[in-house]
Amino acid sequence: MAFRQFGVAASVTVALALATPAYAVTEIQWWHAMTGGNNDIVNKLAEDFNASQSDYKVVPTFKGSYPDTMNAGIAAFRAGTAPHIIQVFEVGTATMMSATGAIKPVYQLMKDANEPFDPKAYLPAITGYYSTSKGDMLSFPFNSSSTVMWINNDELKKAGIAEIPKTWPEVFDAAKKLKAAGHTTCGFSNAWASWVHIEQFSAWHNVPIGSKANGLDGFDTVLTFNSPLHVKHLQNLMDLQKDKTYDYAGRANASENRFASGECAIFLTSSGYYATAKSTAKFDFTSAPMPYYPDAAGAPQNSIIGGASLWVMGGKKPEEYKGVAKFFTFLSDTNRQADLHQKSGYLPITKAAYEKTKADGFYEKNPVLQTPLKELTNKEPTENSRGLRFGNMVQMRDLWAEELEAALAGKKTAQEALDAAVARGNAMLRTFEKTAK
Amino acid sequence: MEKSVVFNNKLLPYLLLVPQLIITFVFFYWPASQAVLQSFKREDAFGLTSEFVGLENYQSLFAQPEYYKSMLTTVIFSSLVAALSLSIALLFATQADKNLKAAGTYKTLMIWPYAVAPAVAGVLWIFMFHPSLGTLARPLRWMNFDWNPLLNGNHAMILVVMAAVWKQISYNFLFFLAGLQSIPKSVLEAGAIDGAGPMRRFWTIVFPLLSPTTFFLLVVNVVYVFFDTFGIIDAVTGGGPAGATTTMVYKVFADGRLGGDLGGSAAQSVVLMVIVIALTAVQFKYVERKVQY
Repeated sequence: MAFRQFGVAASVTVALALATPAYAVTEIQWWHAMTGGNNDIVNKLAEDFNASQSDYKVVPTFKGSYPDTMNAGIAAFRAGTAPHIIQVFEVGTATMMSATGAIKPVYQLMKDANEPFDPKAYLPAITGYYSTSKGDMLSFPFNSSSTVMWINNDELKKAGIAEIPKTWPEVFDAAKKLKAAGHTTCGFSNAWASWVHIEQFSAWHNVPIGSKANGLDGFDTVLTFNSPLHVKHLQNLMDLQKDKTYDYAGRANASENRFASGECAIFLTSSGYYATAKSTAKFDFTSAPMPYYPDAAGAPQNSIIGGASLWVMGGKKPEEYKGVAKFFTFLSDTNRQADLHQKSGYLPITKAAYEKTKADGFYEKNPVLQTPLKELTNKEPTENSRGLRFGNMVQMRDLWAEELEAALAGKKTAQEALDAAVARGNAMLRTFEKTAK
Repeated sequence: MEKSVVFNNKLLPYLLLVPQLIITFVFFYWPASQAVLQSFKREDAFGLTSEFVGLENYQSLFAQPEYYKSMLTTVIFSSLVAALSLSIALLFATQADKNLKAAGTYKTLMIWPYAVAPAVAGVLWIFMFHPSLGTLARPLRWMNFDWNPLLNGNHAMILVVMAAVWKQISYNFLFFLAGLQSIPKSVLEAGAIDGAGPMRRFWTIVFPLLSPTTFFLLVVNVVYVFFDTFGIIDAVTGGGPAGATTTMVYKVFADGRLGGDLGGSAAQSVVLMVIVIALTAVQFKYVERKVQY
C-alpha cells in the first residue's frame, strides 16, 4: 500500500534526521525585540551570516517588547537556559553591567576568540554608552537612535510658519499658530515622555540628570534633574497642556501615529521612527534637531543615544564564544553597516560606515537620516552628555513619567513633581546600589 | 441504631486525598512559602547575590506613600468591578432565562469574552478608547468632551474598570443562568397566582434562591479583581496616569518584573495574600449567614 510505504519512508527519514549530528554546527541563540521591517532585517542578517560560513549557525528568536526580552533573558539565566546573545535596550545597561558573571564583556570575548577588534573603529558617541569609564566595550551596539523633532512640512506651510523652529520658544509659537490653523487637539507632542523631556533635554542643555557623570562613574549617583531649567521647561509644558497647544501622548511610543495621521504637526520621538514614517505618513515630512532654550548657557550641547545593544551571556562554551565573536566581526563590516543604516534608519556604529554613507551622497537625498548623527556629534560630549547609567532604569522611567503626568494633569506644581521624581528615583537607586556590587 | 457503612482500610482515605493534597501543595503551599522566604531577602535581578535582610523589605514597603495609595486604588477598583460585573451579569442572565427566539445564539455570544486573554482584552479597549486613535474616543472628542485617559486618572480608571468588567461578565452570566434554571418553575407560578408581579417575584423568590450562586461568585470575583486583572491594567494604562490605576497586584508585577526588585515584590504579594485570605474568611463568616441553601 502506497500510504504505508510513505509512512515507513517518512519515519526512516525522521529517524535519520534525529540521529545525524548536524555536522557539528555550533548553534548560537540570539534573542531580540525587533518588530516589523526591523525583524526582517534581523532574520536576513542571521541568514547571511549562516550562508557565509559553515561552522556556526545563528538562530534569531523574537521575544516581545524590550522589557519582555530583557526579562525573558534574566529568567532564562536564572533557570540556566540563557541564550548566547540577547538584545537589551539602552536603559537596561546598568542592570546588565552590574551582573558580573552573568555576562561576558564584548572586549573580553573578542580578545579570547582572537578576533580582530579595534574599539576606535566605532563611533564614540555610541560605544561610550556601552563602555566602562576605562573605555572597555561591554556590549555590542546594534540599533542606535536619538531623539529628533519630526516636522510635517505641509501643515507648517498652511499655518504660515516659514521656518522650522529651532528653540523651545519658537516651537511654542509655532504650536500656537498650528492650533489657530485647525490643529485644535495638538499643537505639538512627543513619545517617550521621560526620555525626551528629562534624559535628552538634560544632555542637550548640558545640565546633569544625576551626579557622578549621570551614573557612568559609579552606582552611588544621586539624581539632580529638579534644577530651575527643568522646572521652567515642565512649567511651560503644563501651561500649554491646558488648551492642548501641547498634548501629552503617553510614556512609550504608541502615540507616534498622531504624527503620521496629521494630528500633531510637530512631534518629538526617536530617529528610528523613520521607517514607519516613510511608509505611513502621506505628506512631506522631515526631521530637525531637538529644540533648546537660547538663554541656557552652552545649549545645544549634544544628544545621547537610545536603542539597544547586544549582550553576550556568561557560562557558555569557548567554541560558542568564537562563533559569537565571528558574528560581531561580520556585523561590523563597513558595507553591511552602511546598508543597515540606510535601510533601517538606525545609526551606523562604525566611523567607516558613516564616512561611506556620506561619500555615497546618501544624506543629500535623505537629510532626515543625518539629523541624529549631527545631534550626537554636535559638540565634544561633557560629563552631562556622555550618556547615563542608572540602576532599575526600566522602572525608573515609568516613575518619572508618573510625576510628569501628575504635573501635566494639574495635580502637582512643576517643582513638586520633579522633586518627587528625584526623591523616589533616589530611593530606587539606593536599593539597586545595595544589590549591585 | 443507625446503619452506617464502615471501611476498615485505614490507608484508603489518605490515598484518596493524596491527589488533591499534591495539587494544593504544588500550586499553593510551595509557591506561597517561596514568596514568604523571598520577602525576607534582597536579591539582584539575576539572582547572583542574595542576602537575608529580615523585615527590611516590609519596612521600606510601608514607608512608601505610593503603597497606601495603591491600596485605596485597589478598594475603588475592586468594588466597582465586582459590583458592576455581578449586577450586569445578573441582569443579562434573567433576560436570557426568558423564552427568547435566539436564546442559544444570545447565550453563546455572552460567553465568548471569557475566552479572550486579559492582555488582548486590554488591547481591544485601547483600540476603542485611545484618546487620539480610538474609534470610540473620536466621537467623544467631536462632542467636545475632553476624553483623556492618558492624563485624567478618573478616565483611566473608568477604562480599566470597563475592560475588567466586560471580561468577567461572561463567567458570572454562566453561573447566574445555571442558578436561575435550577429554580423550580412551580414556586414562581405559585407566586404569580398569589398576585406577585415580576419585580416582586424576583426580589422575594428568585434572588434569595440564587444566593448560594451569588455568594460563590462574590468570592470568586473578589479573587479575580485582586489577582487576575494586572494583565488588563498593564495593556490599557500601565498603571498610569500618575499611578491612578496602580492596584496592589499591578504594583507587585511592576516592582518585580519591570523593577527587578524581587524581595520588595515578594513582600507585597505576601501582604496581598494575607488581605485576600482575611477577606475570604470575612465573607464566609458574615456574608454566608445570609445565604439560603
